[in-house]
Amino acid sequence: MKGKSNRISRNGLGQLTIPVIALTLLVIFNLIRDPGFFSIGITHNNYGNAVLSGNFISIINGASELAILAIGMTLVTAATKGQDISVGAAAAIAGSVFVKVLKAFSSISVGTVIFAFICSCIVAMLFGAFNGTLVSVFKIQPMIATLILYTCGRSIAYWINGGATPTVSSPVISAIGSFAPGIPIPMPVIIVIIVTAIFYLIFHFTSLELLTQAVGINQSAARLNGINTTFIKLLSFVLLGFCVSVSGCIGVSRLGLINHETLLLDVEMDAILAVAIGGNSLGGGKFKISGSILGAYVIQMLTITLYAMKVSSTDVKAYKAVVIVALVVIGSPVVKEHCRKLFQRTKTQSKGGECECRTL
Amino acid sequence: MQNALSKRKEPLTDTQLLMTITICIFAVMYILAMIILQGGFLHAQQIFDLLNDNASLIIVSCGLTIVMIGGGIDISVGAVTSLVAMSCILYLNKGGNVLVAVLMAVGIGIAFGSVQGFLISYLKIQPFIVTLAGMFFARGMTTILSVNPVKVDNSKFEALRNVKIKIPFLGYVAKNGNLVPAKMELGVVIALLCIILVFILLMYNRLGRNFYAMGGNEQSALMLGINVNKTRLFSYIISGLLSGISGFVLMMHTGAGNATNALGMEMNAIASSIIGGTLLTGGVGNIIGTFFGTVTLSTIKKIVVSSGLKDPWWQSITTGGMLCFFILLQSIVLSRRQKN
Repeated sequence: MKGKSNRISRNGLGQLTIPVIALTLLVIFNLIRDPGFFSIGITHNNYGNAVLSGNFISIINGASELAILAIGMTLVTAATKGQDISVGAAAAIAGSVFVKVLKAFSSISVGTVIFAFICSCIVAMLFGAFNGTLVSVFKIQPMIATLILYTCGRSIAYWINGGATPTVSSPVISAIGSFAPGIPIPMPVIIVIIVTAIFYLIFHFTSLELLTQAVGINQSAARLNGINTTFIKLLSFVLLGFCVSVSGCIGVSRLGLINHETLLLDVEMDAILAVAIGGNSLGGGKFKISGSILGAYVIQMLTITLYAMKVSSTDVKAYKAVVIVALVVIGSPVVKEHCRKLFQRTKTQSKGGECECRTL
Repeated sequence: MQNALSKRKEPLTDTQLLMTITICIFAVMYILAMIILQGGFLHAQQIFDLLNDNASLIIVSCGLTIVMIGGGIDISVGAVTSLVAMSCILYLNKGGNVLVAVLMAVGIGIAFGSVQGFLISYLKIQPFIVTLAGMFFARGMTTILSVNPVKVDNSKFEALRNVKIKIPFLGYVAKNGNLVPAKMELGVVIALLCIILVFILLMYNRLGRNFYAMGGNEQSALMLGINVNKTRLFSYIISGLLSGISGFVLMMHTGAGNATNALGMEMNAIASSIIGGTLLTGGVGNIIGTFFGTVTLSTIKKIVVSSGLKDPWWQSITTGGMLCFFILLQSIVLSRRQKN
């Protein structure tokens, strides 16, 4: 009985162990290498605003898109036991729609940006619904269903752009991509906080979290309990569509242009990785959004650390892979079990030693 | 009447049914292309061109099909192919021996396969994450070896590269009256050999049947006394080995090493396997279907190009559309069968 409750508490807290350990290790490593690595300075940008700068800021700023995508990806993973590999391509489409709508207006104000964002949101959610329909209604595995959009998504974005890489320049767009006047924190970070808050409120006021976990753990049991499994799966993809459009718009705003080939390239792999590093099972079921967000920051911190060590951007992948393998090996159930046994053995041995001492 | 129909259908397994559908669709598509588009599709050389261009993809898809039958996934294949091509070329350019280069290609492939297979089967880590790490590692190593494209410069290898098998009776008479024989590269022979060997392995070998058993239901495979861990390890080793061979074949085809070689090949290979009737859930799949899947995929691209849709985006949009069609068809066919 005691052992059982112990295991439950370990599972509850233990999910965040890997990302927290990884973050701590990275922070310690960076501090040893360069004590001033995380120092935050204040600089003035082109618009004359006082803004924060430093490695720490660039880490939490750079991971914004990934963190937002990781939230949606966690939901999809939990509900459907599979992953969406089309998020990068869908983000390119969302970004293209965003730019296309903005271009239709003669001047860009806050209102037009919001309108364009809503348009791109609708399109991304429709593509999410397309993926979701394939998965939930036609019972196709998520990875294969999203392979369709992965194959043709960036080409659709190219088509929307009309075979070019259009640019948008406006103070509003650059405020979204970097710093808003008067606020020293990068705007993408604030957007991440807003999106996280939205999802927190959704989970707080609805039973979506519970329903998603129920569908992911045992679909037929969930259906027998009166849960509409098809709808829950579809909804997870539509919510991912919302996340995709937010991160696509951030990506466009950062550069002020839409490049269908390079916008959020390979982000799908990083997003899935963030979910896995966050301690969530890729086989669905129980999930923790906070783990995935932490995972996204782990990935970004790793990347920035490697850049700081003068590793070229193309070679980063190889070092990243080594760290990933090390992380997942530590997190592997078999290794955990071995460690536990080893730990217990040493414990009993030391106890046995004590007993002997006493008898002596 | 209905009785007779159901009797005739009975021996057809899911695997064979999906494969038959693919082959039929490929045949219809190709014949339509011959009638409507004519041009190059009337010559046998078109088929050989398809094979020449896709020899390495066919080999990689074979390996991936095995892994998918076993219920896993391997997305490192494209990156390993690229790494093998790059490292072999760098070795050959230093005046290396061709035979050693072949061994090197095979060795790199097996090394990747066994490390990934060990992590997946014995340490129980999710295959997607392990092979994703493998993909990152291989891509990173490729750029560490050389960021710039490298051209092969080795006389012996050049000689091997230029070996082309000529088939005169399948050739056509050019406008100036000369007979142009159909040409086939050496890589195609290797690819066909791989298909035959993998076919024999999957159909008539205990290990091959174990892949199906493991992918179909791991628990029952375990009950039957199959060493599931070892079988899974072998599926990844074979996949790695085939990616190594594919790297060598790719190098023979392109004659250059490039960091962007075989970019996105893993997804193409997965798509070919799926079109060929392999299910990602495991236990269902056929190597002949995979071959036709690869050929179908590249034929679609050829048809789009030659049918006048010149804009660069149409090729992938139609590929996506076809993929959608195949996936939906499979889903509907399988669910109807399950109802019966």
